[in-house]
Amino acid sequence: MPSPVQVRCCDASGCRSAGSQALRTALEGARDAAGLDPSQLTIKPVGCLRQCGSGPLVACDRPGRTQLFGGLAPEQAGALIAETLANPADDLAAHRIDLEGPFFALQRPVVLEGCGQVNPESIDDAIAFGTYAQLQRILQEFTPEQVRDEVRRSGLRGRGGAGYPTGLKWDTVALQPPGPRYVVCNADEGDPGAFMDRSVLESDPHRLIEGMAIAAYAVGAERGFVYVRAEYPLAIERLRLALQQARSRHLLGNHIHGTSFNLRLEVRVGAGAYVCGEETALLLSIQGQRGMPQPRPPFPAQSGLWGAPTLINNVETFTAVPAILREGGDWYAAMGTEHSKGTKVFALSGAVVNTGLVEVPMGTPLRTVVEVIGGGVPDGSPIKAVQTGGPSGGCIPAERLDTPVDYESLLELGSMMGSGGMVVMGQSTSMPEVARHFMGFSVNESCGKCVPCRAGTVQLAQLLDRFVERRATAEDMERLDALCQMVKVTSLCGLGQAAPNPVLSTLRWFRHEYEAACREPSDCVATARVR
Amino acid sequence: MAVVTLNVNGQDVAVPAGASLLEATRAAAADVPTLCHLDGLNPVSSCRLCLVEVEGSTKLLPACSTAAAEGMVVHTHTPRLREYRRMTVELFFAEGNHVCAVCVANTHCELQDMAVTVGMDHSRFPYQYPQRSVDASHPQFTLDHNRCILCTRCVRVCDEIEGAHVWDIGSRGGHCHIVAGLDEPWGQVQACTSCGKCVEVCPTGALFRNTDTTAEKQPDASLPALLRSARDQHRWHNQ
Repeated sequence: MPSPVQVRCCDASGCRSAGSQALRTALEGARDAAGLDPSQLTIKPVGCLRQCGSGPLVACDRPGRTQLFGGLAPEQAGALIAETLANPADDLAAHRIDLEGPFFALQRPVVLEGCGQVNPESIDDAIAFGTYAQLQRILQEFTPEQVRDEVRRSGLRGRGGAGYPTGLKWDTVALQPPGPRYVVCNADEGDPGAFMDRSVLESDPHRLIEGMAIAAYAVGAERGFVYVRAEYPLAIERLRLALQQARSRHLLGNHIHGTSFNLRLEVRVGAGAYVCGEETALLLSIQGQRGMPQPRPPFPAQSGLWGAPTLINNVETFTAVPAILREGGDWYAAMGTEHSKGTKVFALSGAVVNTGLVEVPMGTPLRTVVEVIGGGVPDGSPIKAVQTGGPSGGCIPAERLDTPVDYESLLELGSMMGSGGMVVMGQSTSMPEVARHFMGFSVNESCGKCVPCRAGTVQLAQLLDRFVERRATAEDMERLDALCQMVKVTSLCGLGQAAPNPVLSTLRWFRHEYEAACREPSDCVATARVR
Repeated sequence: MAVVTLNVNGQDVAVPAGASLLEATRAAAADVPTLCHLDGLNPVSSCRLCLVEVEGSTKLLPACSTAAAEGMVVHTHTPRLREYRRMTVELFFAEGNHVCAVCVANTHCELQDMAVTVGMDHSRFPYQYPQRSVDASHPQFTLDHNRCILCTRCVRVCDEIEGAHVWDIGSRGGHCHIVAGLDEPWGQVQACTSCGKCVEVCPTGALFRNTDTTAEKQPDASLPALLRSARDQHRWHNQ
């Protein structure tokens, strides 16, 4: 058993960039200098401790008390060791982060349960924390139908953005005619401002593997892939290590837990295309082809990898599964709103005091997330808007912040849940500039297959340039409206269909900024009224 | 033979089960425009001109790759579809360098015909005048990227009918272009059989025979359908 006195150092990408590795080395040095050995004081690297903006984060556990510190320099390692051993050091007071404060108190970690608790590079640590226990239980006690029933009852919906009911998708794959099936985890998280999946992969990879194994059992798959974007080197490294460890413990491979269930999982690394997060493009990319979206139907659940039924879910969806089976589908369904159950992880960033990962029950008002948990704009000024859903989403204006966060409410506001990126914007943000920024992203990331997305986004970006440079005319306003609508309804895949969303939502809530950006603002206002 | 019956623009039609919506609209003589589609090649739904409205579906559906289903009620020429088609053609013209007066395909160009069909006499979007090249390395044919609309008919006919897979797409977004071999000069690609199918199916003057000059290209885009049906049915025209 590890000693009850331990120091957990965040070793995920965010804190690493803030110098967590040097701090951990210094802490180990300070422990040795204090004459302690690892059995008396464990210093372990863990995954994300969530308040990423205050990194490097360190949590100190003693029986009955846990403290969190942020922004420590390696020179303060000695003081921290003393603090952990119950000698309060005053000079650390400024670095102490209140665990009772709203940032942590209002969160409900389900997917993030193990993040910051387990050492992501140690399978022993993961198993001691309870990972893989549900896999063993369901393999021995549940039929695949029972697993699917539990997931269906939980009301879990796809966390990749579209919110398709997970249980229904699993059933669709499972009920296809006999033959091979695949499970695929979409870890091609590419929205600007989204880092939830990266944190999960870097912090608790074994839980994802457990979730995928349970899914594979439930749909009858014996082979699976995790498609991770190449821009996540640490996540890839840890996932590969975790898969290797799981294989060596026979938690993957043939006859898992002595049953007839076999599963081979592999990592596939993307090559830098955002569009490969679209499921049909992702499947082509796994098969070694150019990642371009295909018309659906057929949906991957009917015909996916090499023509076989394929289950594709996002990292967060799979990672929620072990907890759902442990506590029961009804437990999960008790959280959230009528149509959006459970919890959702958001990556909070932008003009906000507490930057980091936030997991809250669905239906939590947006205001609670950004003002109470996030702490509002750093200079205390009011929030202007919140951007959700990245380049496919939109900006929600401050007056609508009391909207509960769920799939339907966000769609109604012209934004979308998306994968969970949430960027807070202060008063100085210009909305046409925001729209142009995201349109530039879509121009660069369009695969070029269909003409509305390939050529339409280029024209939209140039139109937005005219607004940003204050040389737009009333005709430009009309063209902008018309072209947004056209690209939205005629594009082939979700990327093109959603590309105009940042423009449409800012036009809807901040039309006056576009009007004011015209060369002759009065003309543009007039046009708007005539319409 | 199983059939499905559906309604296109108020007219009831019956088509064989498994037929596409496009075939159903043809049965109703609805004249749904297409550019990337070509009978005999697998549909890719990339030109978006054949989008139609189907009652009960919130999205517009590409007629070329949607299966006709029993009881569908289809509208092919609503005002909004006409407007989107015109905008689509405007986008095609604005993104490339299409100068009919000096083009080999003038008067035999499907893009030019499409502009007439949808009533596009000018583009409301600014021309992009992209810097594009011409590949004249092949002894018999030339590829002029300026006139390419990325319909990928050449890619598909070479892969699906000829079996050589000389063509593919390089780069992405507005920088997409057709590449020969591993992005080599066409004339150096040994896989090319010089069969000329890509030239025949090209809807514009992007691919042409070196012997053709302005307005002399006379393409024959019926080849893929003939070959596909001959192979499927093992029946050839000269037998």
